[in-house]
Amino acid sequence: MKVILDSGQIERILQDLASRIISETPAKFDIAAIGIRSRGEILAQRLSNRLSKELGKDVPCGTLDITLYRDDLNSPQGNAQPQVRTTEIGFNIDDKIIVLVDDVLYTGRSTRAAMDALIDLGRPKAIKLAVLVDRVGRELPIQADYAGYKTDITPGKLVQVNLIESDGKDEVVIE
Amino acid sequence: MALKRKSKQLRWRRKHLLGLRELSAEEITHILDTAKGFAQISTRSVKKAPPLRGKVVVNLFFEDSTRTRNSFALAASRLSADVVEFTKKASSVTKGETLLDTAKNLEAMGIDIVVIRHSAAGAPRLLSRNINAGVINAGDGYCEHPTQGLLDVYTIRKIKGTLEGLKIAIVGDIAHSRVARSDMWAMSKLGAEVTFVGPPTLIPGEVDKLPVKVSYSLDEVIEKVDVINMLRIQFERLGGNPFPSVREYSHYFGLTVERMKRAKPDILVMHPGPINRGLEIESEVADGSNSVILEQVKNGLAVRMAVLFLVNQAAAQAD
Repeated sequence: MKVILDSGQIERILQDLASRIISETPAKFDIAAIGIRSRGEILAQRLSNRLSKELGKDVPCGTLDITLYRDDLNSPQGNAQPQVRTTEIGFNIDDKIIVLVDDVLYTGRSTRAAMDALIDLGRPKAIKLAVLVDRVGRELPIQADYAGYKTDITPGKLVQVNLIESDGKDEVVIE
Repeated sequence: MALKRKSKQLRWRRKHLLGLRELSAEEITHILDTAKGFAQISTRSVKKAPPLRGKVVVNLFFEDSTRTRNSFALAASRLSADVVEFTKKASSVTKGETLLDTAKNLEAMGIDIVVIRHSAAGAPRLLSRNINAGVINAGDGYCEHPTQGLLDVYTIRKIKGTLEGLKIAIVGDIAHSRVARSDMWAMSKLGAEVTFVGPPTLIPGEVDKLPVKVSYSLDEVIEKVDVINMLRIQFERLGGNPFPSVREYSHYFGLTVERMKRAKPDILVMHPGPINRGLEIESEVADGSNSVILEQVKNGLAVRMAVLFLVNQAAAQAD
């Protein structure tokens, strides 16, 4: 097990992501952060707090459960039997710039599922993808707009993001 | 998907939902938790999600139904499945075709899930042993109506938070009620104290072997219960004279405005429908502020989506 990001680095990455999102988004658009369950939910909350503070206006935050949109639900090989949980987005996403937040971008399949789920909720002005860790291994033509830490760790290894809210401390480890 | 974690979460393995008697409390809770995630689909602009895309669900109803059949059809289509409607009157059953032949012929067309309602107890189980498709019981004889039991406990849990320690009365024609049985299994497994209330002629034999109390007087229990479920008098199933007159039944076992005055202020009034207004329940009560009857119908949709989803998942992974 190797720690690749500690809590200080995670803090700086989030600050950097927030600054880049603000500088690249025209002021006339409303921004909202939507996190993919479960670590993305926490990161989206932190990001929306920073964005709200820096922009001086409320940047709403929501949580997306992508289970029903996964592409491996009906595959006999799929060992996964994910728990369907709730999507909690208490605002209208129409015409907003949606910053979709996830902890790790890997195959791109979660992002694809999340985009389909979002489109069923409305028509955002744009969807931007922000991730804490961007690792190689894409299986779909999807890239992050805002990537924190990039790594070329071998596909198959586990990149584990731990966060205070869910795991007691902030760190990213490779197992 | 990039993140694989070990979790203690229950793995759903049943490709049939035949009854609640055989389910554990954990399995029932898992269905209820799953249903929560489906409730929201019905509130948004695109009331559809893709998990059953390309699957075919057959509604095989040998008895009449409004709520259950439409609820299953809507639930299946909100999960993007195709739905085939089968009704006894418009089928070859009238020409003498047996249940298994009908089902096997439907299966030959490539169906994935059968939702069956039948007047014979055990028909869904018979079917599950003889076809490959997943089978969901939508009511069999006087035996079980599992999705009704599930939507009832879902409704109670949503409002009261838990069933643990709640006192629940199920009132009326218990003997002919599959709803009463499924409710009893689900509610007692989740920790509620269930009392069957009705005239002795409408309480089933061997009730002492079931996890319930029995009372022959609604007046005795009305003040004590947190939830009251008023069953419909099923005239189509009643033989003989189980009570002297409708008026007398209503007098002793009807939920009237007068009786409601003695109930707890936050009592939940439930009814599986269809209602005989003025018989087992007065209109003012059925439409009153304690009534969750339409909430039950709404929740039924989410619960049936969850059941279809789980059954399909188990079937896909069993292949």
